[in-house]
Amino acid sequence: MKFTLSWLKDHLETSAGIEEIAERLTSIGLEVEEVFNPAAALNGFITAKVEKCEMHPDSDHLHLLSVNNGTETLQVVCGAPNVKLGTIGIFAPVGVVIPCYNEKLTVGKIRGVESFGMLCSEKELCIGEDHDGIIELPSDTKIGVPAAEILNIDPVIEISITPNRAECLGVRGVARDLAASGLGKLKPLEIKKPVAKFACPINIRVEAKEACPVYTGRYIKGVDNTKETPKWMKDRLSAIGLRPISPLVDVTNYLNYDLARPLHVFDADKLKGDLVIRMAKEEEPFISLEEKEYKLDSKSLGICDDEGVQCLGGVMGGLSKGCSDDTVNVLLESASFKPECIARTGRHFQIDSDSRYRYERWVDPNSNIMGSDYAASLILDICGGEASEIVVRGEEDYCAQPVTLRYERVKTLAGIDVSKEEIIRILTALGFKLTDKGDAVEAVSPTWRGDIEFEADLVEEVVRIRGLDSIPAVSIPSDEFPKQTLSPKQQRILNARHELASRGMFETVTWSFTDSKLCQPFRKGKAPVLLMNPIASELDEMRPSILPNLLIAAHNNIARNDANMALFEIGPEFYGCRPSEQGIVAAGIRCGMSSKKHWLKNERAYDVFDVKADALAAIAAANGPWENAQITTDTPEYYHPGRSGTLRLGKNVIAYFGEVHPLVLKSYDIKERVMAFEVFLNNIPLPRSNVGKAKKKLELSSLQALDKDLAFVVDKNVAAVNVVVAAKNADREYISDVRVFDVFEGGSLPEDKKSIALSVTFQPKDKTFTDQEIEGLMKKIILEVAKKTDGILRQ
Amino acid sequence: MENLKEIEESVLQNVNNALDLRTLDEVRISVLGKKGSLTEKMKSLGLLPLEEKIAAGKVLNVLKSTIESAIENKKQELEMKAINHQLANERIDVTLPIRSETQGRIHPVSKIYEEVVAIFGQMGFEVAEGPDIEDQFHNFNALNMPANHPARQMQDTFYIANPDSTDFDDSFVVRTHTSGIQIRTMETKKPPIRIIAPGRTYRSDFDATHTPMFHQVEGLVIDKTTTMAHLKGCLYDFVKAFFEIDDIKVRYRPSYFPFTEPSAEMDIGCRKGKGELKIGEGDDWLEILGCGMVHPNVLRAGGIDPDEYQGFAFGVGIDRLAMLKYGIPDLRTFFESDLRWLKHYGFLPLDISSMTGGLSNNGGLAR
Repeated sequence: MKFTLSWLKDHLETSAGIEEIAERLTSIGLEVEEVFNPAAALNGFITAKVEKCEMHPDSDHLHLLSVNNGTETLQVVCGAPNVKLGTIGIFAPVGVVIPCYNEKLTVGKIRGVESFGMLCSEKELCIGEDHDGIIELPSDTKIGVPAAEILNIDPVIEISITPNRAECLGVRGVARDLAASGLGKLKPLEIKKPVAKFACPINIRVEAKEACPVYTGRYIKGVDNTKETPKWMKDRLSAIGLRPISPLVDVTNYLNYDLARPLHVFDADKLKGDLVIRMAKEEEPFISLEEKEYKLDSKSLGICDDEGVQCLGGVMGGLSKGCSDDTVNVLLESASFKPECIARTGRHFQIDSDSRYRYERWVDPNSNIMGSDYAASLILDICGGEASEIVVRGEEDYCAQPVTLRYERVKTLAGIDVSKEEIIRILTALGFKLTDKGDAVEAVSPTWRGDIEFEADLVEEVVRIRGLDSIPAVSIPSDEFPKQTLSPKQQRILNARHELASRGMFETVTWSFTDSKLCQPFRKGKAPVLLMNPIASELDEMRPSILPNLLIAAHNNIARNDANMALFEIGPEFYGCRPSEQGIVAAGIRCGMSSKKHWLKNERAYDVFDVKADALAAIAAANGPWENAQITTDTPEYYHPGRSGTLRLGKNVIAYFGEVHPLVLKSYDIKERVMAFEVFLNNIPLPRSNVGKAKKKLELSSLQALDKDLAFVVDKNVAAVNVVVAAKNADREYISDVRVFDVFEGGSLPEDKKSIALSVTFQPKDKTFTDQEIEGLMKKIILEVAKKTDGILRQ
Repeated sequence: MENLKEIEESVLQNVNNALDLRTLDEVRISVLGKKGSLTEKMKSLGLLPLEEKIAAGKVLNVLKSTIESAIENKKQELEMKAINHQLANERIDVTLPIRSETQGRIHPVSKIYEEVVAIFGQMGFEVAEGPDIEDQFHNFNALNMPANHPARQMQDTFYIANPDSTDFDDSFVVRTHTSGIQIRTMETKKPPIRIIAPGRTYRSDFDATHTPMFHQVEGLVIDKTTTMAHLKGCLYDFVKAFFEIDDIKVRYRPSYFPFTEPSAEMDIGCRKGKGELKIGEGDDWLEILGCGMVHPNVLRAGGIDPDEYQGFAFGVGIDRLAMLKYGIPDLRTFFESDLRWLKHYGFLPLDISSMTGGLSNNGGLAR
């Protein structure tokens, strides 16, 4: 919402300057976005008088002037048609910046004659639209005076209006708020009632009373729309960015911004038959004045004649019955429409207009006649003609429900002491009708406010005008010992994050969206969760896994020549479109070499066992029983089928790890191998909270443990874990540890065999082992491994 | 026994001439071994008469200990020589660089999350959560934003079709704020309530200062006596603790949010310079968060009686806090996964924020 200072002062009597006004606007909730003061750009510009005016020797339209700026007389070449001897104007000396061109003025040479400065038009100074000639000041104007002091410069203020303050979409509403805050006095609104010369010749009928409670029409005949809109009105409209068009359009625009009162003007000669306000029919066509075609529906309100919908009520006028330069007779509409209907129509057909913007927030339902009177009298003043009686359909009888404010509520809700008298003063100044009930006041909100429903709304009005800065700041009391801030479920996310970072991985945050064209393999058979209105085609699906985005990140980093990376993210992935069909996952990738080239040659390519270690570390950090997880080689299709694994607890998958499938990498345009893991934190059971915190008692044996090595030949497809588990389970009492220390294929072994060498630790309990006992234990292992894996001891 | 002197001299000379431990040991064996010359002499003592035996024994023992100590001294000398030789040969260039180790990083968004949790935890808040995909009831209607509310247009919402309904009003949304968690909390918890709800939020907006996904933390306090004065106190305590500045300037402007009444926006004092921003100095203002007293309709939607309970709510951008505190210039870079950016703006694994150990710069220096 923009307005100029002089416009504001039409409604507000105040001695406050622009800065004070701006500061107050912000403090009462009308936040100032910008103050544009053209005077600030006029430093150096001064008044000057033309003391000699001759024709340029080489031109039939340029003048050669002697200009006196109060201190010296300079030669100036001037092209303005209105310049003459004795003209006093605004002189720009060499060196100043002309606001309109944003260029520094230099000594010019125009058709061989030097020019030391220029006389300016309004437009060149950015203070008006006039560019037909230079500014002509009254003949008694002093010369050599700064331009900003002489010109009637009107600064523009732009404020942002929150949706609840519809009345401040008109300058008068802003003025009223400022007056209530004590920054001046609201001037009375004086509107001439136009004389009714005849009865309105058009029948007006409202069928959709729900959507249009009040409709007024007034016929004005014999207008001349080619007349000039008054300069003051044009200047104000231009200042707020509205192009003056014709008096009829300008008047309606002006009232929109002056009183937040939308209006519409039909060319009455184009209307056929009665004017009917009704809901549109399904598929009924409408062409807007922006020449766009719409197929309406039964929820949109039409202002119609015999030929169909001519105006989308409260939203936008139609093309065929609008005004033009030839318009002679008009019908002026001033009406009330239901905000819900306007909002729905505007949203449905995606039409934005100043009118919709106001109606869907709130337009004073009792301002129809006043608005019609005001607009009609302006039209008659500018364009001439005669007005009919006003036709009013419906009653201007809106009255808000009273809201009760207990005086103490300002203190108990807002925490500030405001006296009863002050509360009454503020609400009265804002236009509320008050009835004092002793401890409380009953307030009926003015018809221009549609946002006051509750006691809290009235408290806000009081503290807003009073200023929020006057509320004391009181720390919130802490009478109870605080509970744990993070739940165990939340804390373990932090643990996993810090664990993965301490393993040398970089945490990243990527979109929750991903590219549906690339992530099909990651959906694990589920339907994609697509956005109805994605912001970009490659961000159109809620990610079924974090990995697609990490692969995109990998691709981008490789493209930046950063090919070695260890990245992880902990965040949501989505497996359905309903709320809570999501899980929290810690996922990571490793790609390239473990380090850069080094003299110790410790660099190597990342492999599956790096990400397996990451997955196990993340599970452990999240309190997951990582040692008990079963490991299998069935993994989703985006993993390398021979180089990936699944970790399960019971039937729940708690992690996948492995090399990413080369075809998936190809679709992400990645040529390097990428290792990946995903830990599904939701599937890790939380530790039982009722278990005591004491650690298990440490049992230390004074007897030395004994290590023995055993190598087994098994089929190539036997998983090492099965051999290890078989060995471990051979004797649960004395075998304390089994490690794989060598895996070997080829050589003397048959093609389909491999050798797995184990190092087994035997821990005696109460006496050292005899040779026979050791022999017995080893035999147990050999038998068990043979039973479970068909493995044979390698001799 | 007259040649004892000669033996002594020759043995000591041999000891002295030994160049290494092995030669020295040969000398020892030749004299003191089982068949060594001195050992033989000792054996032959048995043949002597008692008195002579005692006298000769004494002499031999003196000789033996002289030789033993000479050998021992020589041994130590040779060992020292050997170790010095070994050390001299083992010299390496310790100025060479260490094995490379990658130090990981924590993303700034996570870091701010942890800081915010630490501060509000100190004030007795708990962390609440909710789904990223929301129904319109929790994201809008329950927050006093019915379908035609103009405020809905202020938030460019992402929609997801509801497979059970073709009505647009039943479609799901990707949450435009974490405010819906207010409602979810009220539905499951009885007052008094003190929660913060951090999380991802989404709006269809992508330019220099907006990304379609960003992070917010929502706060909610509900009890019987909390007023706007507490709201101001709580938020002032927060910004002071967060920016680690004791005399930070703040101001509140009346504003509008459908879910609070009265509503306000909070600005902090700063100095805006050329591409630089200094918090806590200067005469400029920077909007930092929105807040207000919870609207009675919202309490009602959450199943709480607004005649009995009241409280405040606020929402602040986590990414924005990161940018302001840590001088990160561009929001869009947060989500680009650029390794160089992550390394530079990320935090160390040991950087754990707490009110006891400090909010920031407590994880040591980056290596």
